[in-house]
Order: sequence, then structure tokens, then C-alpha cells
Amino acid sequence: MKFLGETLRIGILRSGLELKQFLRQRESVVFTLFFPVILLFIFGTVFKDTIAPGVTFSQYFVAGMIASGLVNTGFQQLAITIPMERDDGTLKRLRGTPMSVSSYFIGKALLVTFLMIIQTALLLFFGSVVFDLNLPTQASLWWNFTWLVVLGSACSTVLGIAFSVVPKSGRGASAVVSPIVIILQFFSGVFFVFTSLPNWMQQFAAIFPLKWLTQGMRSVFLPEEFAVQEVAGNWELGKTALVISVWLVLGLIFAIKSFKWSRE
Amino acid sequence: MSITHAIEVIGLVKKYGSKTAVDGIDLKVETGEIFALLGPNGAGKTTTVEILEGYRKASGGQVRVLGFDPATKGSAGQRWRNRIGIVLQSTTDAADLSVIETISHYANYYENPRDVEQVIDEVGLREKINAKARELSGGQRRRLDVALGIIGSPEILFLDEPTTGFDPEARRSFWELIRTLKAEGKTILLTTHYLDEAQELADRVGVINNGKIIEIGTPQTLGGRNTAPAKVSWLENRKQQVIETKDPTTEVIRLNQRFNGEIPELEVARPNLEEIYLKMIGELK
Repeated sequence: MKFLGETLRIGILRSGLELKQFLRQRESVVFTLFFPVILLFIFGTVFKDTIAPGVTFSQYFVAGMIASGLVNTGFQQLAITIPMERDDGTLKRLRGTPMSVSSYFIGKALLVTFLMIIQTALLLFFGSVVFDLNLPTQASLWWNFTWLVVLGSACSTVLGIAFSVVPKSGRGASAVVSPIVIILQFFSGVFFVFTSLPNWMQQFAAIFPLKWLTQGMRSVFLPEEFAVQEVAGNWELGKTALVISVWLVLGLIFAIKSFKWSRE
Repeated sequence: MSITHAIEVIGLVKKYGSKTAVDGIDLKVETGEIFALLGPNGAGKTTTVEILEGYRKASGGQVRVLGFDPATKGSAGQRWRNRIGIVLQSTTDAADLSVIETISHYANYYENPRDVEQVIDEVGLREKINAKARELSGGQRRRLDVALGIIGSPEILFLDEPTTGFDPEARRSFWELIRTLKAEGKTILLTTHYLDEAQELADRVGVINNGKIIEIGTPQTLGGRNTAPAKVSWLENRKQQVIETKDPTTEVIRLNQRFNGEIPELEVARPNLEEIYLKMIGELK
């Protein structure tokens, strides 16, 4: 128990340090936290069409952007910064101290949680103030929102750690990770209405969690009647939970097995 | 295994595929000793040290650091890491954190950390206490690395090429810091390719080449330096005269009698460590 408590304590201290470092890197603050908000402004301003009775494209887009925000703060951010930490010696130095690996992961997970809260709050705020996003009034919808965010960001975090072994160097990490995220966003119905995408694209996107997360977010922020417009004619929340959970478990196993402290 | 040996290595082998990086090294470092591992690039210095630090796994042989196998995983390995300090080759991590932020954070990792303020004074970073790591000079950055290496009050400190890229003044003051740590009773394993550094700091020196230890000795006796012929030179007939002799004292007395007093521009020189070292690794090439 003492050991566990210590691991948690160090993990919390690490998250504080991680956050401090994050906020001091202007590029990462802009790129990770504000980029989705900037995109929201661009898309929300350009596409003002109504895609169904009472649903504008910007509302559709905000739901997708909140989902992809979880991908930004978790997957993208970690898959880029961990290779950088591998290159600059952070990981090697940590490996030589009594700090446990779990503390490192706890620190990362808390950092992601914190960034995710800030980003989601920013998107909800601008979405509802500028683009008439209807915030749900029913408790059940907020409950759905909560489990989608928790499950989605946990999945995004472990996949980010797992994917951090792929980039060959810290410098090249962004070039490897960002295109994957952008392509997934296009395929998953963030930038376009999902059902208007070619069939093969829809099927491809359905393998990955982002498509399910965006659909889940639409179930929270779009009117109940919109469900019939989805591929299956309903929100498929059960299937969403299942797909994301499978990715979460696979990602966790892979992250633990493949994590590398140094590049060798 | 004897308590007095902080490090004990028997028949250490490390292979990467068909390449043998470390080829049967035996090494004992006593508690409280400064031991320098010398050798050209690619000789196996860093591989050996990283096995001792627990970063790499040995392919063969036995390794004990503080009586413990560094490759041990889990919480036993973590407890062992409480007792060692590592200063890696050049790093650029924690660039956006200040000196005090980084050192006080790392202090949390250890069971018995040293006083943060005291460590800052010891490594001479008092004036830079609030500076970000990215704003430090090369020498100051290295001092921060040392601070992080000693913050856990380790019994053994590993220093991998600590003064590469230092100006002479920074090196002198860095050596002073290492001597302070020795005075506190720490065992220090140092790798370097600066011969003067080994001569200044080390109690004993091990020369490593092609993955093997060629010789271990004190800086004074390494390679038979203490018994090697000395060069005696002086000025005579407007020319520099040089002879090599095993008995420089006798030679100087003889010259003194011949000149009937002062010998013009007299110099007596033993081969320096660098000459001995180059001869040692050259012979094996």
C-alpha cells in the first residue's frame, strides 16, 4: 500500500511538472489547445448551411471537434512529445532514478485529463456562444457525455503512449503523427457530414475509435430526431462503448509491452 | 563478495548480434575510490558503464554494484536506484524548467534526498537558481546534471564524460566539485577521454580498448610510467641536448659537476600519462 501511495504521489507531482512544461512551450499550447478552437471558427463561419431541420453544420462540426479534441490532447500530443523526451534524455534520466514507470504514466494521464478539460470547456464555450450549439438539458445526456469523454480520453492516452514507439525521432514525430490524425478526422465525419462520405471511407473509419466518438458526441449535442440520419438509423451507443473499450484494452497491452526508454 | 568493493565485475561480455562490444572485463572498484575508465571512442566504455547503471543487460559474466545485480527489475531495482546517482552524457531535457524546479522535483524520487539548497550551492548554481535549463551555458548545464545525480545522496556516482566541451576554467572548477564529493566518501566511476582529467582526479585508471581492459593502475604507475626512462634536456653549445635515462638523478648530478653549478635550461620529464596511454592503445592497433 505504501508503495502504491508513493507511486501515485510521484505521479501527481509529475503531472504538475508536465503541465508546467507544457504551458511554457508556446507552440504546444497553440497547436494542441487552440488549434481545434481556431478550426471551429473557420468551419463554423464558412459552412452555415442547415443539414437537417434545426441542425446547422456548425453544430454538427462542434460535436466532431470535441471528439477530435480528445485525440489532440491524448494521442497526438503524447505520440509527439514522448519521442521528443526519448531524444532529449528525459526518459533515460528518469529510468536511472527510483521513480516507477507507473508514476510516469500517471503523470501523462493526468496531464491529458487536464488539457482535455480545458479544451472541451473552450469548445463548449465558443460553440454555444458563437455557433448556437445547444447544450443538453437532460441529465442522461450529460451522463453519456461524461462516459464518452472518460472512455475516449483514456483510449486516446494509451494509444498515444503505444504509438510513441513508431516515430524514429522526436523531430520527425509531428510529421508522422499529425497526418494520421488529420486523415482520421476527414474520414470520421469531423469536417464533413459522415453519411455524405463515400462508402469505403465510412467502413474504413468505422475500424477506428474517432468515428464512434464523433457519433457519440452528436448523440449528446444534436436533437434526438437526427439519429435517423446516422448510418445505422440510431446513435449506436452500445457499439460505441464496445469499440472504444476494445481499442483501450489493446492499446494498454501494447503500451506496456512496447514502451521504450531509449532509442536503440 | 567483499563489502569494500562498491563495484565488482567478473568476465563481463556484451554482444550486439555478431559484434562483441565488451569482451570479458574484470573490474573492482573500492568504496570511496575515484576510478577512471579511459579508452578511445567505441572501446566499450559507455557500454560497460551503462550495464553497471542498469540501462543495458550483460550478455555474460557477473556484475555487482553495491552487491546488487543492476539488471534486477521491479521494486528491488528501484530501491537499488535510491543508492546510485547517474550523470549521463550530454542531455537537453527539462529545458523549460528552472534549476530549482528541476532539482527539487527530482528530490521527490528519493528516500533520503539531500537538501536542495545545499546541493545548489555545492554545484555552484546559486546565481542561476531561477534560470531555465535552456539558458545555461554548457558547463552550467553539466553542473545541473551533476546536481540531479547527487540529489538522492547516492553511495556511487557514475559520470560519463562529464567535461566534454568545457573551457579550461569550467573544467578546473568541475574537478574541484568532484574532489568535494570524494571527500564526502562517495565512490565515483568516471569515463573520460581526457588524460589530464584522469590524472587529476582518479585514484586508479583502467584503460579499455576493443572491449578489453588492457591495464589497471594508478595514474603514476600506469604503463610502467614510474619506471619508464626520463628525458633530461639542457642547453649546451647553443643546442638543446636530450638524453633518455633510467637514472635521471645521477645524470643531473653528473651535469651539475660538468657545468660546475647551474645547468642551463635544465628539464627532467617523465613520459606523461597521455604518451603512455597513446603507446598502450597504439600497440594494440
